Amino acid sequence: MADTVGSFSRSFAQQPWALWRRQAGRLTLIEVRRNLFSWKASWIYFLAFVPTLLIFIHGLVDRHFVEGISDDTNVLAGIVQFYYVRLGIFFGCLGIFSRLIRGEMIERSLHFYLLSPVRREILLLSKFAAGSISAVLLFETAMVANIALMYGPFGAAGRDYVFHGAGLAQSEAYLVIVPLACLGYGAVFLLLSMMFKNPTPAAMLVLGWEAINPVLPSVLQKISVASYLRHLMPVSIPGEGIFALLTVETEPVSGWAAALGLLLLIAVVLTYSCYRMRRLEIRYTTE
Amino acid sequence: MTDHATLHDRIQFENVSKFYGEVLGVNKVTLSIPPGVTTLVGPNGSGKTTLMNLMTGLVQASSGTISVLGLSPGNATEFFRAVGYCTQFDSFPRGLSGWQFVFDSLMLHGMDKMDAFRLTVEALDRVQLGDSAGWPIASYSKGMRQKIRLAQSIAHHPRVLILDEPLNGLDPMARAESLALFEELGRQGMHLIISSHILDEVDRISDRVVLITGGYLIAEGNIHQVRQEVRDKPMQVLIRCDHPELLASRMFSINHCVEARLHADGQGVFLRTGDIDQFYSMLNGIAAEGVIKINAVAPADDDANAIYQYLIGSDGSAS
Repeated sequence: MADTVGSFSRSFAQQPWALWRRQAGRLTLIEVRRNLFSWKASWIYFLAFVPTLLIFIHGLVDRHFVEGISDDTNVLAGIVQFYYVRLGIFFGCLGIFSRLIRGEMIERSLHFYLLSPVRREILLLSKFAAGSISAVLLFETAMVANIALMYGPFGAAGRDYVFHGAGLAQSEAYLVIVPLACLGYGAVFLLLSMMFKNPTPAAMLVLGWEAINPVLPSVLQKISVASYLRHLMPVSIPGEGIFALLTVETEPVSGWAAALGLLLLIAVVLTYSCYRMRRLEIRYTTE
Repeated sequence: MTDHATLHDRIQFENVSKFYGEVLGVNKVTLSIPPGVTTLVGPNGSGKTTLMNLMTGLVQASSGTISVLGLSPGNATEFFRAVGYCTQFDSFPRGLSGWQFVFDSLMLHGMDKMDAFRLTVEALDRVQLGDSAGWPIASYSKGMRQKIRLAQSIAHHPRVLILDEPLNGLDPMARAESLALFEELGRQGMHLIISSHILDEVDRISDRVVLITGGYLIAEGNIHQVRQEVRDKPMQVLIRCDHPELLASRMFSINHCVEARLHADGQGVFLRTGDIDQFYSMLNGIAAEGVIKINAVAPADDDANAIYQYLIGSDGSAS
């Protein structure tokens, strides 16, 4: 047993980690450049910043009294729960991550990466990292702007709420939820794009699955990104009608457990994606 | 020791088959390719690109084993330092200039910026694309796109260079330059695997041919040896001499010549014979008589094109 562990440790240490780090860094840089600075990404900017625009208009048009902070807090919570987690980040990640592998196959350029001296696992994980950086950068920036624009018009009361009041924990929670949502949906869509020529129908099924997930048995709830994020939400929204399905919390779970559970789910999905990447063949004629 | 040395010096296919679903790509191919220039010859859909994709791991064999200089594409880090593949896919990652395309691919080798810069300049100069390196690839002509792919595949100084239809889209001048480059790389001891339908041009630099049709290997080896082995097809020989008509009549009378055709300049004759050994023996006899002064004797149809026509035919059905 000790020999096996020792042999594994030696083998682990002998891997060219420095080279892999350099390759991953370069690949990530190339992909981030392409993800963020292209006209094709403009609709993802729109998805990220459309609530920001609405909140900005709300700040300009509506009058703000201290009593209104709790109402705006519920509005912001609703935007995060109903828009960002369910739609904005969902479709934004679908656009970013399904392009990383499938998009390159459609454009017939993936072979250049597969013919480079980069392990396919490194290639896949670098692309995932690039997609994650792009998505997190966009949606986290939008989230920070949303918080600033939502509470800014309240003046000193708003600043006090965000930096010294309940708003601090809420803001911290949102700034954790957004990256986790990006990573979770990103991993799922990266895998779907490797499994299906057109991942959109499968993504619609995932959207439906995420919606009905709260009423499914406990074990099935663990195969869902939104169900983990639901446990991290700092503000409970009293959902009515169909919206109640999206906010109901069926089984209380601590924030740490939910975050770790989601990271574990991401790790499992990425591991399977790496396995598929190793077996991936370039057959553009069938695309 | 010899086997080990051979393995690390050759491209080996052992009983390799590839099926795309129920469609045959290649079937039970066994090959051992030494250094030098090797041409893959076969009609469209014969399996040439499949062989190249199998060599580089872009597709995986349904059965059999492949190794390139003893390396497997599964070990990408070492494999693709030794191998460059210029595919025939005329597409590129979006939004790159020619320079960025070559530079980025070199950076993925893990080298520092100075080395990548130097090798990029060298590769672009080799394909004579230095002036337009900064242009977006999207603005390149077909010939320029072919050249930038070639630059990318040779930039890291691979020991094995695989070229799928590398002369496509090139004008005559660029074709001649590319062939000169391939010839030089072959002379330097590199493995060059070339598939091309411009056989006359590739033939000039090839050391050996691999003929493939319908996914089956038809013949392989030195061009002249392969031609010799095609015993059932008459061989054509050009004899330069002072009395070509007389020579033709003598050869017809004592040998199984099946065709004779005077050279356009009247100073030679093309003779086609079914038994080349006997033919040369007879020719030596005639030369020794001294009646006909023979200036030169050369095979006229043991090139890749002729072999292709004999074994595969223009419609791919000769064999």
